[in-house]
Amino acid sequence: MRNDSLLALVAVFVPFSLVSIGGGPSIFAGIQHQAVDVRQWVSAREFVEIFAISRAAPGPGSMLVTLIGWKVGGWLGAIVATLALFVPSSVLCYGVGLAWNRYRGRIWHTALERGLAPIGAGLILAGVLSIFQIAGAGFLSWAVAGAAAGILALRPSVHPLLLFAGGGAVFAAAAMTPA
Amino acid sequence: MGRVRLWELFSIFFRIGMFSFGGGLSAWIYREIVELRGWLTEQEFLSGMALSQILPGANVSNLSVYIGQRLRGVSGAVVALLALLTAPFLAVIGLLAVYDRISAIPWAAAAMDGVAAAAIGLLLRMAIRAGRQASTTLSGAVALAATFIGVGVLRWPLIPVVLCVAPLSVAAAWPRAPKNA
Repeated sequence: MRNDSLLALVAVFVPFSLVSIGGGPSIFAGIQHQAVDVRQWVSAREFVEIFAISRAAPGPGSMLVTLIGWKVGGWLGAIVATLALFVPSSVLCYGVGLAWNRYRGRIWHTALERGLAPIGAGLILAGVLSIFQIAGAGFLSWAVAGAAAGILALRPSVHPLLLFAGGGAVFAAAAMTPA
Repeated sequence: MGRVRLWELFSIFFRIGMFSFGGGLSAWIYREIVELRGWLTEQEFLSGMALSQILPGANVSNLSVYIGQRLRGVSGAVVALLALLTAPFLAVIGLLAVYDRISAIPWAAAAMDGVAAAAIGLLLRMAIRAGRQASTTLSGAVALAATFIGVGVLRWPLIPVVLCVAPLSVAAAWPRAPKNA
């Protein structure tokens, strides 16, 4: 019985791993459908809670599958679900990266790398914008993010954790202050 | 540059995984690998970043695999990925246990938003640096702007946008390539 549910985790998450283009957000809806409606591993309310936790915790948002695995089969379920989601895409990435580096130095490779670099930069900028949009960020978020970026530009050696703590303190203080 | 030690790779990615709130992970990786240690060039990192985003999988795990592979082959990739995921794995399970209590405290929830905002600042800093580097040529600047506007502003799907911009951007980079190749 227990083996069956572990196998089911693998059967559900491995395909998701290989279609999760653009990362976790692209497969959340599909995972919700499988975990809640089809397999009934978690209730709809539990899924929302799991989603919020995976956003609040460090790590990629797709760690929400870890919690689904946990609900299904405890520690073993959590490990199986996490590996099922991360290993297949990683193996693929490894293979592509290997091929990518084998041809380093060729003219077309240099052109490809130079051509892709600005796209990578554009995607990062787009990511900044979309994270703010998802978070429904207000003025304070922009101010904290801008200040953190400014401090880093002036003093690159400042530890990120210090900035995180500062940002957390500013928000906590703002929340405690009556408007 | 000597061979990168596996434990050093583990310790970097473990720390990044542990403190990576709110999506600033790739920026932190950039800081540790490119800015502080110079293990990869800016261009190597950014092209790896583009690959990581195009391929399926979480961007940051792909990026870790790419960097691990680049520095130490299979063992590097395995170590980087495991190190990245270990702390978040334990953190989500731990957080599940205390979630109801934390979300009831208003300042704690606000503090988490603040941490996320600072993390975005890290990302912003990397975007500006990378953007400046990438837009030293006109075609680079155009490719950057087109990608940003398509994916970020207009919110078109990432894959088609990249598939449209990439061939043009690569073609524009081609004639200059032999000089430094």
